[in-house]
Amino acid sequence: MAKNVLVIEDEPNIIEAISFILSRDGWRVATHSNGVDAVSAVQSRRPDLVILDVMLPGRSGYDILRDLRAAAETADLPVLMLTARGQTKDREMAQTLGASRFMSKPFSNAEVLEAVNDLVRP
Amino acid sequence: MPRSGLTGSRIRERREVIGMRQAELARQSGISASYLNLIEHNRRRIGGKLLLDIAGVLGVEPAQLSEGAEAALTATLREAAAERQLDSSETDRVEELAGRFPGWARLLADQHARIGQLEQSVEALTDRLAHDPHLAASLHEVLSTVTAIHSASSILVETRELEREWRDRFHRNIHEDSARLAEGAQRLVDELDAGTRQDATGHSPQDEVQAFLDTSGWHFPELETGQGAAKVLGRAEMGTGVAQDLLRDRLEGLADDAARLPLDDLLTALKAERALEDAPPEGPDPTDLAQRLGVGADLVMRRLVALPADLRADLLPAAPGIVVADASGTLLERREAEGFPLPRYGAACPLWPLFQALHRPMLPLRQVIEMAGRAEGTFVTYALAVPRQTPRPDEPPNFRTHMLIWPATRPAGRVPRVGVTCRICPRENCTARREPSIMAERR
Repeated sequence: MAKNVLVIEDEPNIIEAISFILSRDGWRVATHSNGVDAVSAVQSRRPDLVILDVMLPGRSGYDILRDLRAAAETADLPVLMLTARGQTKDREMAQTLGASRFMSKPFSNAEVLEAVNDLVRP
Repeated sequence: MPRSGLTGSRIRERREVIGMRQAELARQSGISASYLNLIEHNRRRIGGKLLLDIAGVLGVEPAQLSEGAEAALTATLREAAAERQLDSSETDRVEELAGRFPGWARLLADQHARIGQLEQSVEALTDRLAHDPHLAASLHEVLSTVTAIHSASSILVETRELEREWRDRFHRNIHEDSARLAEGAQRLVDELDAGTRQDATGHSPQDEVQAFLDTSGWHFPELETGQGAAKVLGRAEMGTGVAQDLLRDRLEGLADDAARLPLDDLLTALKAERALEDAPPEGPDPTDLAQRLGVGADLVMRRLVALPADLRADLLPAAPGIVVADASGTLLERREAEGFPLPRYGAACPLWPLFQALHRPMLPLRQVIEMAGRAEGTFVTYALAVPRQTPRPDEPPNFRTHMLIWPATRPAGRVPRVGVTCRICPRENCTARREPSIMAERR
């Protein structure tokens, strides 16, 4: 049975590329592209894994992660954070808030695949 | 008093040598930062106990602050030596050095001070990414686009037997993204370029646009005849793409205003208003003109400021100033009236009618105010906040507030006093004050 991943990212072409490689790898991919209702999207779709961009329209990925960790049903959900600023500060912030993994742009497809398969066995 | 005058400079020099902030020295010496600032600029004499206190905080002999320049020089040299951990057999001979080679000693001390300044600039530059939101946004855009291209191109290269549709799709994405990347990279270069120039000369793209508008007197014959902004833009020679974009926006705004209220109509209305017996002596009321012309008073205000210099001199008692802000209080357009300076950086005085108008949108306010400061001039102001677009349900209105400023003569009775911005405002006991002034004198 294929595992579900929810990609929360606002760059359409990144969404397309990630969706493509993940579905070729056997994942069932859903996408969401704004920050405002991202938390409710996670709650209604109940994915096995979330890929979450930090810079989203409407709401920061950090705030979304904080909410996810605060809710019982998503407290242990694997979350892969993406950011365009790989500064130590951002990495620390993601870790403090409970990100399962942190990846800075630009990343390669292989890195994404390795990370998601590390977090959840498909 | 050249002797006591120099003491202030020496206090400042010494304080900077040890990297202490003015506020900190003031606190430890038991005086206000503004008073210390006056002392450091040699505008207040200092002696007696206060000198002893300051010398104590700075860790120097009072004589080094009040005595000849040589004492200060040797102090700086000691400081430089201590920082580089020079051998004490050498540091003991610092007076000898300053006495025998005063020129070399001065050079050494100056270079020591310069190194301190440069270290500060380096620190500021290193921190730019964290503190410059434009730069961070441009960088984010570039990195995101690179990621998209990288991802799509790897798919093209690494996926065996990729369906034609997908292949076309990724090709198209790469094509689009590479165009975006080129643009983003150019913007990034502009930001960095503007940044270095900003550090060197204090000019931002906004300053550049402002300087161009001011030298042109805000009047562009091309825009009056409907030839559009492109022609003006062609001769403007802005240094960066950001400045170019800002100027295009401003020129298009001016052209739009000119189309909505042609110069001839404005002149006819101005002449008619001036002929009236009760015409205000300081300059016409923009709401009177607006009513006569059947347009918004905000448009009239902007057009009054854009009058060509010769007509303005003929028809108006003085050159009016204007300031336009958005709801965040950011000043977007500014033309100074004589005696009413506008802050270049940071926020303005919240007491300006400009901001009061935001609380009563669409309602024009006429207020006489006095500028607190050296000149203490009086001004008649008209302020009006209007939505920028036609308001629509479920959309937040985007208000722009305007203030037209006429230099005036002081009327009888009390007039509210406003400032330029807190840091340089001498007004005491102001409930609107955000930060201490460097002008206010406290005893």
